[in-house]
Amino acid sequence: MRHTVSVLVENKSGVLARISTLFAARGFNIDSLSVSETESSGVSKMTIVVKGECSILEQVTKQLNKLVDVIKVNDFDNIECVERGLALVKINMTKSSRDEIIKLIGIFKAKIVDMSQDSIITEITGDEDKINAFIKMVIPYGIKETCRTGFAALSRSGHINKNR
Amino acid sequence: MEKKTGAQIIIESLLVERVEVAFGLPGGQALPIFDAIYGSKLNFILTRHEQAASHMADGYARSTGKPGVCIVTSGPGATNIVTGLGTAYMDSVPMVAITGQVATTVIGQDAFQEADTIGITRPVTKHNFLVKDVNDLAKTIKKAFYIATTGRPGPVLVDVPIDVQRSSCEFVYPQKIEMRSYKLNYEGHSVQIKKAAEIINNSERPVFYIGAGVIVSNAEKEIVEISEKANIPVVNTLLAVGAYPVDSELNLGMLGMHGTAYANKAVQIADVIIAVGARFDDRCTGKVCDFAINAKIIHIDIDPTAISKILGADIPVVGDAKTVLKKMSVLVNKKERKDWVEKVYKWKLEYPLSYNKEDNKIHPQYVIEKVSELTKGEAIITTEVGQHQMWAAQYYKAKRSRCFLSSGGLGTMGFGYPAGIGAKFGNPDKEVIVIAGDGSFQMNMQEMAIAVLNDVNVKVIILNNQYFGNVRQWQEMFYNKRYSNSCLSKRKECPKWCSSPSRNKCPSAYVPDFVKWADSYGVLGIRVTSKKDIEPALIKMLETKGSVVLDILVEIEENVFPMVPAGAALDDMIVRLNG
Ligand SMILES: Cc1ncc(C[n+]2csc(CCOP(=O)(O)OP(=O)(O)O)c2C)c(N)n1
Ligand SMILES: [Mg+2]
Repeated sequence: MRHTVSVLVENKSGVLARISTLFAARGFNIDSLSVSETESSGVSKMTIVVKGECSILEQVTKQLNKLVDVIKVNDFDNIECVERGLALVKINMTKSSRDEIIKLIGIFKAKIVDMSQDSIITEITGDEDKINAFIKMVIPYGIKETCRTGFAALSRSGHINKNR
Repeated sequence: MEKKTGAQIIIESLLVERVEVAFGLPGGQALPIFDAIYGSKLNFILTRHEQAASHMADGYARSTGKPGVCIVTSGPGATNIVTGLGTAYMDSVPMVAITGQVATTVIGQDAFQEADTIGITRPVTKHNFLVKDVNDLAKTIKKAFYIATTGRPGPVLVDVPIDVQRSSCEFVYPQKIEMRSYKLNYEGHSVQIKKAAEIINNSERPVFYIGAGVIVSNAEKEIVEISEKANIPVVNTLLAVGAYPVDSELNLGMLGMHGTAYANKAVQIADVIIAVGARFDDRCTGKVCDFAINAKIIHIDIDPTAISKILGADIPVVGDAKTVLKKMSVLVNKKERKDWVEKVYKWKLEYPLSYNKEDNKIHPQYVIEKVSELTKGEAIITTEVGQHQMWAAQYYKAKRSRCFLSSGGLGTMGFGYPAGIGAKFGNPDKEVIVIAGDGSFQMNMQEMAIAVLNDVNVKVIILNNQYFGNVRQWQEMFYNKRYSNSCLSKRKECPKWCSSPSRNKCPSAYVPDFVKWADSYGVLGIRVTSKKDIEPALIKMLETKGSVVLDILVEIEENVFPMVPAGAALDDMIVRLNG
């Protein structure tokens, strides 16, 4: 199962290593990761997406909480949240496919950020499903290269607990 | 205000922390620190191996409850303490290790004696710090002691590059430390405590399962109070030997792989297990899914990650054992539980620990019984790792907590002797006896120099079976007696493979000759080869003022029983071989 864990940490060197070690020690592969500063000084937020068993993840989040540099852990399994990631996709383009591609980009509310005779770079933001769906649609034209960011996630106001 | 160098700040900070003794060994990247030790008030003990320094700090800490301190150099000095840190980490022992490091300007360049100490020790410490600015040094050491000694204790390492040791700033040692990311919960949730008490009150066959956490939080009295009032039998882990009165009827001794039959039986049919400061280690539970299947589990622990890690707890209580038990004590009802107490008492009589007491052979269990008798369980015992460790845990009747020190979680051979020396530094008035195996002892016996030079009176009893005895036992029981690389007297002349050792048949003398070896340090060594000489030798040992080594040639193929084979349920016990 896919899990999103958001971790508030002290903004210090070595913290990422401590956190990734914990996941690695339990055999979790980190699918995506984003780290950024927050509105409070000295505090960073890491948003980590992993796949794995719930029971093991629960243990990992407890251990994360125990790390001396970790301030707070939010496991978004039980909380409704919004998630956004960004992908840059460089797609092969010919004269004949150009209109179709631009149309697709419009449908997905993606943006064109660069264009040349034979390729186009688009920027798409959204949750994982949307980005995956877009990429699936453009595969037939030929993808030259992609680069995706980790996800940013926030709980919805009111912290609606999914289990209740 | 007067400025001090980083090195001086380290030593002054240790003195402010009232560190009585620190252990270690110098080297290039720690020279400023060692220079600051020169002429200071710090009692520093120079060891012969850094690993031993870390175990001495550990033994000091386990026996006193105060944090142990070791100071070593970068690179090989730091890597040499990794085993000691891991040992302390697994057993929740408060320790502060200070390591020298190459200068901040060359970190990452594979400088001479550079090691990524922070990276290497991250998984074996509760926390570690690299100090890159001398202005952070005092605060960091304060944090190190605070983290090491609070909550679930553990080792903390402070890595100090040589340029930081050399630069200077004003020395202000903080009185208090606030860390927003390090919060502790000592109190325990009152609703949970109430629920736990209710479950105990309604139970017929409750069992207390107590671990090191009880000792850490000084909760021994509270356990006695509740167990006596409500008639709850008590089993202990290896690390909690001595935490519950040995002579109490309710004391069922150690549970687990080499626990007593009655402890394991009681756990298996219990309807409630009250785990306090214990972590359901596999050596305690046997096959987890068959562990106490009918029991509700109440788990009291200061470390939330210990709870439901292995076995789901019905009533988790996160908090300090003493604080929680005090609150619980008022809520637990007086109850006779006559049937239950009688039942376990009957088991105690029916399935006692046993070995052959009739013959004239030297059974190691007999040696421990005699030690227990002669010291009245008042001595501090440390052990190495192996069969002798299990016999010590089974037969030594420790009178109180912190009297039985053993590497449980990591099972570190080479721990016992240096830990004994460390314990003696913390308890100069107590008798300290190391129960050693002939194999383990060889891993740190060079530390006898420290015992002799500092006049540290530590007794060593080697239960010499010329084998890695517990490896041999497993090979005997589960590998068809194929004694592969477990014999310590195997020579070139021996048959390539051997499965039938005997002292008469085996070609030549054991090396080292532990008596001569002791003699070379000016220490009294006594070899014991017959049963009747054991008691006189022990008496002689105890009467001697300085260190003594007793080399006791015990039965080679004696086995530790009872035994729950790895992966079997606790009641699937082998009481002894061949019936
Ligand atoms: C550092 C280390 N290496 C290996 C082991 C595995 N091991 C556990 S007990 C043991 C043999 C111990 O022999 P000895 O000290 O003679 O004790 P005995 O079992 O004979 O009493 C070994 C090799 C260990 N626990 N620690
Ligand atoms: Mg041996």
